[in-house]
Amino acid sequence: MATVSTKEIRSRIRSMESTKQITKAMEMVASSKLRQAQSRALAARPYFEALLATIRNIAAVSTETELPYLTVRPVKRSAVIVIAGDRGLAGGYNSNILKLAQTQCDGRDVLIVPIGKKAVDYFKARQPVYTEQYAEAGEMTVGDCFSVAKQLAKEFCDGRIDEILLCYTKFVSVLSQMPDVQQLLPLKQESAAPGGQEILYEPDAQTVLEKIVPEYLGGALYGALCESRAAEHAARRTAMNAATQNAEDMIEDLSLKFNQARQAAITQEITEIVAGS
Amino acid sequence: MTEFPLKIVTPDGSKYDGAAEALTVRATTGDIGFFAGHINCVAPLGMGRATVVINGQKRYAACIGGMVSVLDGKITLLPTSFEWAEEIDLPRAERSYEKAQNVLGRKDATDADILLAKARLHRALVRKSVAETK
Repeated sequence: MATVSTKEIRSRIRSMESTKQITKAMEMVASSKLRQAQSRALAARPYFEALLATIRNIAAVSTETELPYLTVRPVKRSAVIVIAGDRGLAGGYNSNILKLAQTQCDGRDVLIVPIGKKAVDYFKARQPVYTEQYAEAGEMTVGDCFSVAKQLAKEFCDGRIDEILLCYTKFVSVLSQMPDVQQLLPLKQESAAPGGQEILYEPDAQTVLEKIVPEYLGGALYGALCESRAAEHAARRTAMNAATQNAEDMIEDLSLKFNQARQAAITQEITEIVAGS
Repeated sequence: MTEFPLKIVTPDGSKYDGAAEALTVRATTGDIGFFAGHINCVAPLGMGRATVVINGQKRYAACIGGMVSVLDGKITLLPTSFEWAEEIDLPRAERSYEKAQNVLGRKDATDADILLAKARLHRALVRKSVAETK
């Protein structure tokens, strides 16, 4: 047996142990943050869904097609909101969402609105971004979501952008997260029924949509942010759990080698003593 | 009285999901009331007291921002914030009120500060008045 010195093995075991401690601690932190983020995401989900359903319904049954938010223009420039994490070590979380966002941007004139440090860093290196203000996805508040929404709605109305896409990660379960793209504006009218129902707009359609659409964008953004945050912590927890397990496996392996080497040394010593007497 | 299905959902979770007899909310143009059989309608909400009648009992709430929609007889209220009168954190509203008053009283406040403080003051006043009418 190739004798690896017991000292070398011992130092490797020690280093694995400290790595394991770190990954274990990170797993624990992610778990507790996940619990918070998960309840938040689950609480926000009905709102997010009701909001989308209501606004799509309005778009579908509305007979006023000449309103800016409802008309589909030829897309010259799209805004892409990308929500990624602030830190790495979360498995494929950041790379998955950035890859998806990149496919949305390829070969098109886009305006990137990155949220989260990883998204800001990634897109800043490639093209000018709309704002670097939201480098902390974890710190972003409802108010921030609404102010981004208001700005983007204005850009859309002024015709500087013709489409708004939102790239975020859907929190399916603790073990599964799905990167996803949603078109926020213009409101899709695929089910535009021929006999569209009349809707009473109070005070009038123009004012109502001008008020409601930024709300809708903000609400959708906040919902997506909650989902993404929960997904990030879940991804980190899974990744760190796997890392801890790997470290344990390696330690076990190395301990076995260490014991074998130690036993071999003892056996050899005894053989030498016996042979010498 | 005839009931209609009412859903009140906020970003912090669902606040009510069930039958109601009447709903009054403060829209941007003033109070709007809803009974069963209302035609399809959409309105953005302002800040004010919402009144919901459930089983003949009136319940009050501070309802801020968002929208209300009626589609096929179902009413969905999607406010940015919605607190039943008994849930309102009155001391917090008082603190917020004083903070906003302080900002508004300062001479060096920027326009953005003033705008924020005004909104905060308005919200605090709504919460206070709803909490006190309980």
